Amino acid sequence: MGGNGVPAVAFEAVSRLFGEVRAVDRVSFEIADGEFFSMLGPSGSGKTTCLRLIAGFEQPSSGRVLVHGEDVSGVPPYARDVNTVFQDYALFPHMSVGENVEYGLMIRKVPRADRQRQAEEMLALVKLDGLYGRKPSQLSGGQRQRVALARALVNHPRVLLLDEPLGALDLKLRENMQHELKSIQRQVGITFVYVTHDQGEALAMSDRLAVFNHGRIEQIGTPAEVYDHPASEFVAGFVGQTNLVDGYLGQRLGGFPGRYAVRPERIRITTPDTLPEGGVAILDGVIRNTTYLGATVRVVVAVEGGEITVVEQNLQGGDGSASRASGTEVRLMVERRHVQALAESA
Amino acid sequence: MTALAASRGGSALAGLSTALFRRPRLTLLLLLVPPLLWLGVIYLGSLFALLAQSFFSIDEFSGVIIREFSLATYREFLGNAANWDIILRTVVMATAVTLGCTAIAFPIAYYMVRYAGMRMKGLLYLGVMLPLWSSYLVRVYSWKLILAKEGIVSWFAAQLHLTWLLEAVLELPVIGGPSLSISYLGTFIVFVYIWLPFMILPIIAALERVPASVIEASGDLGATPGQTFRNVIFPLAMPGVVAGSIFTFSLTLGDYIIPGIIGQSTPFIGQAVYSHQGVAGNIPMAAAFTLVPIVVMGVYLSVAKRLGAFDAL
Repeated sequence: MGGNGVPAVAFEAVSRLFGEVRAVDRVSFEIADGEFFSMLGPSGSGKTTCLRLIAGFEQPSSGRVLVHGEDVSGVPPYARDVNTVFQDYALFPHMSVGENVEYGLMIRKVPRADRQRQAEEMLALVKLDGLYGRKPSQLSGGQRQRVALARALVNHPRVLLLDEPLGALDLKLRENMQHELKSIQRQVGITFVYVTHDQGEALAMSDRLAVFNHGRIEQIGTPAEVYDHPASEFVAGFVGQTNLVDGYLGQRLGGFPGRYAVRPERIRITTPDTLPEGGVAILDGVIRNTTYLGATVRVVVAVEGGEITVVEQNLQGGDGSASRASGTEVRLMVERRHVQALAESA
Repeated sequence: MTALAASRGGSALAGLSTALFRRPRLTLLLLLVPPLLWLGVIYLGSLFALLAQSFFSIDEFSGVIIREFSLATYREFLGNAANWDIILRTVVMATAVTLGCTAIAFPIAYYMVRYAGMRMKGLLYLGVMLPLWSSYLVRVYSWKLILAKEGIVSWFAAQLHLTWLLEAVLELPVIGGPSLSISYLGTFIVFVYIWLPFMILPIIAALERVPASVIEASGDLGATPGQTFRNVIFPLAMPGVVAGSIFTFSLTLGDYIIPGIIGQSTPFIGQAVYSHQGVAGNIPMAAAFTLVPIVVMGVYLSVAKRLGAFDAL
């Protein structure tokens, strides 16, 4: 994406040890210039440590971290051309909103009038015009989040790091902020590195994402690649819901013995007498229970060799209990191309 | 209802708890009456009784206190240049002691909050508190031995071939003297030592409320550690520094023992109060002197507030 092809961030076999614990274990990846890149994983998976390695709050125990082609080992945070939006916002409580946003400019000795103008522009970008004189304690969580974003963006960093910035917001606000962050990123054209444990967030916003587990990267790819072709059992389970099958069921669905992942929404529920088209695997079973989820209905079907979960669109309205009553005999159909073979877990 | 609650609790005490639970105002009143009595009647009452005495006057010939309202005592108090000397000397010393305590306390407090492990932190807390367990008088007299002409400091200076340095310091005008134990510098050193815990503990409390992420954010935005200290850490610790300085400043203003044992035997406010009410029996004058620390603290706190010292609270 970048003009000269030098990655915005590159990790070369980076490890970070805390005592005996390998928080980051020989990780290598590249983030392209201008990309929205997410690091997804459960807590303790090493994603935040990777972010802190880019920011300079941590130094690698071995390996190299490059920002725009320059080895930043030993470079302190204040000398790096990256800025961070912190999980707890980390606003300066004794300064006004405006002073918070201007802080980086003040440090760089930008004249007062100039930095005030820039701060106001940036507050407008995050839709906080008119709050220049407020104290952070007078703002809501969502507003503080925006101040933190403006405070980082006003410095026009080459890379913006976001550490679970939406984690403390409620669901509705979080969804709005996802759209907004994405559109701000397109406007300013800065590389965003986004840490989250929320797979929905990572899928919705990222150009590419890396799935972390135990200090290593399990898979890197576009949201569709990671979702449709999970490289491992961990990825299949962590990103979205999935049916993991092996043994007899694996043989039936995949055609060969092995472990497979099938997304619940790729499976169709039909009547037992429906005939399959080519390339479609079938399983006969009995509905065990259904769970009403609003937009969708989750149906658990007992089949020979185990259980399969199916997620159906709630097209009929109601709670779906009439057509999907427990005990109903059904035939499940899934196209073979949606049955994803999994590599042996490490 | 009551019977049910009592039978559940199974005792009279449980019944009382339930009764209090239903009358939160009564509970609050019961909790507040003892401290309000103590503060309002015993503490403030005696303070006002004392200050009221400053509006009485003393008959110069008989030494009898005339219990009538008069400003004669204040006229005499403010008209005497020696009293202004005492006030100036005490306020300058209190300011110097406060600055000295802040300079020493801040790094210790910062280290304890940011860097020390649990074990180290415990040891340091013990080190800070331990002197408070022994008698104040014993500690002041031991400093007399440490600072005396043939004392520990001069012995060390001799061992390190630094006697010339010690002598140069003692020859400084105003703060010097024949020996450290007979100089303002000595008084200063002992004051700083004695009041240091009262500065360290509030600064620790203030620094513990500063999240690590705020300090990281400052560095992230381009501030060097020095700039971060000036712009973020120190302003956020300011309420703790002011709280500590209230202790060090007012304790120094009122102390009459340390300047009597260590220093140039020139009087401080505390000693003036002591001698007026004791030896001279001039209680109105002693009361007038007592007003000085109160006024000084009032002025100090209002200036601190205006400068924004409490903004980070």
